[in-house]
Amino acid sequence: MDVRLTTEQRELRDAAARLADDLGPGSVLDLADDDRAARLEKAIAATGWRTLRSDGASGVEVALVAEEFARGLIDVPFVGPVLADDLYARLTAAGEPAPEGLETAAAGAATVAVDGIAVDAKGLRGLLALEGTQVLAGGVGVTVEGVDLTRLTGEVAGPLTAVGELDAEAALRWHALALVATAADMLGAARGGQALAVEYAKVRQQYGHAIGSYQAIAHLLAEALALVEGSVSVLRHAAWAVDELSAVEAVQAALVAKVYTERAARTICETSIQVHGGIGNTWECLAHVFLRRVLTSAELFPASLEEIDLGLS
Amino acid sequence: MDFRDSPEEAAFRARLRAWLAEHAGEFKASGDDYWHQAGRWHTALYEGGFFGLSWPKRFGGHDLAPVYDVILDEELAIAGAPPRPSLGYLAHGLGRHASEEVQQRFLPGMINGTERWCQGFSEPGAGSDLASLTTRAELDGDEYVIHGHKIWTSYSDVADLCLVLARTDPDVPRHKGVSGFIVSMHQPGVEQRPLKMINGVSAEFGQVVFDGARVPAANMVGKPGDGWKLAMTVVGHEREPSTLGFSARYGKLVRSLAQTADAAGGKVPDDLRWAAVQAEMLRLHVRRRLSEQLDGVTHTSDGSLDKLLMTWVEQSVGHAALAVTGTRDRENLEAYLYSRAQSVMGGTSQIQKNIIAGRILGLPTS
Repeated sequence: MDVRLTTEQRELRDAAARLADDLGPGSVLDLADDDRAARLEKAIAATGWRTLRSDGASGVEVALVAEEFARGLIDVPFVGPVLADDLYARLTAAGEPAPEGLETAAAGAATVAVDGIAVDAKGLRGLLALEGTQVLAGGVGVTVEGVDLTRLTGEVAGPLTAVGELDAEAALRWHALALVATAADMLGAARGGQALAVEYAKVRQQYGHAIGSYQAIAHLLAEALALVEGSVSVLRHAAWAVDELSAVEAVQAALVAKVYTERAARTICETSIQVHGGIGNTWECLAHVFLRRVLTSAELFPASLEEIDLGLS
Repeated sequence: MDFRDSPEEAAFRARLRAWLAEHAGEFKASGDDYWHQAGRWHTALYEGGFFGLSWPKRFGGHDLAPVYDVILDEELAIAGAPPRPSLGYLAHGLGRHASEEVQQRFLPGMINGTERWCQGFSEPGAGSDLASLTTRAELDGDEYVIHGHKIWTSYSDVADLCLVLARTDPDVPRHKGVSGFIVSMHQPGVEQRPLKMINGVSAEFGQVVFDGARVPAANMVGKPGDGWKLAMTVVGHEREPSTLGFSARYGKLVRSLAQTADAAGGKVPDDLRWAAVQAEMLRLHVRRRLSEQLDGVTHTSDGSLDKLLMTWVEQSVGHAALAVTGTRDRENLEAYLYSRAQSVMGGTSQIQKNIIAGRILGLPTS
């Protein structure tokens, strides 16, 4: 047993973190900066990380990039394209030529549609969807800003066409990866919200002292850090399990990770708003942007307590 | 990255499982019976070759990686056997701060179970604020004479030796005037007083009153004034993941509660499902922390995060026990009541949060 990240995984994580720190939005105002977003899009397209799966990367690598991107509120697509790429990789795994309709997916320019909505669709033309074990392809229509200020959703343009079939196990593994990627997204956003609050608590003064020196504030932030660490541990296992355990076990590990991380991430983001006081309840403070990202990633491929296996036959 | 056992780990687990099937049955895992049998259990584990796994060979240990302690803890929980006697933090304290001579004299007996130990740190007036302790040790020839009152002393009624923190110099700043001693419990001037806890168990904790007990100066751990460093090592190790390893019992308790709920035909309460998720989190968290130790990272403030997570899990499982059987099942009620101590023992949750805030998050102190 050795569950440390490999050197390559640490380097990937650090590279994703640097990119997010350099080009992610540092403020709510930055979200409207199209030049920055264009530079970010160019930089991420150049990394090739949207096609990590067809390049043979494991669920761990996908989770690490998703986490760092959400921590930096990356406002161009990643989770959507990487899930589309996983479907594409599974359809072409046997070395068969790509079926018709997968051209955009092959180029890393497709996202996925869930319940008739193209998620994480900013600037993307194509989409794939999994219904049962059938893979469908189509195009992205009009995109709109939703609850999440960092990601756009789109209409599904026109009818979808069937482009292939996965076996039941592959479909389960894809679902496990979707749970893991969205859980990693929640964890990253929560870490971003936590860091924002810790920095604020060090500089905001009341009664002549930094508010972080008061136990009422300090203990909230300490609890939030413990929740981060618990989430990291449970998610690391689920990300590994996507490719290493049986498909059923992989889904179960992913459900556990998502249920835990969802509660943790929401609590952490609520703490961040509380520590920011009145400012935390204003639109201009990034705290709610992290929370919004957590809420949308929770609803995308949801996991519920009822699905947790208690070992009952 | 691999969460599975290596071939060596799997072979160890299989050997242990076979041994437990043969030997664990006669030992109780909880209640006063467990505490009364704890010495025999320690000896049985040691003689089976399953105690002191990660401790140095020269003191009777096995020099294995800490992960073997966790495998042991998991298998003990699965078998329904008692937990591993928790002496790791005392062994680490002596290993780091005692002279070679003191280590040679005391560690083998601690590890093989021929000498039973307890820890005399807390006092009625010195709980979270341990440095305010007032037990004093005064030099008289080549012996120290000890006066003071210790509390929350696990195993005190059966212990042969006690690691006592006492003030040797009242005239220096309080952290600097404390020293550690290895004191015999079998002498006049040592009085036992049992403590009955809220779960009804009275064999776990005791109070010890030292009234003129004597200890050779050679039994001091380190030098005069080294006691605070010793204390920090010991309490730091009390929060380490390999000490949290017995967390596997939470998973087992959760599964048994699920069967109880299921057999009663009712809905499985959400409290129980949430406890199951948390117990699984802790199982995986211990694996991550132990893996990090392979990089040589040990015994940092991160232990406070681990302790806090473990406390939340234990108390969630306690709430689940209450949700499933209410006050009707005595064992489940006692598990719930016992869980309340977890946020106090080994440093309260509030103290852990102070440590996390100050040393990890770098928040200012007022």
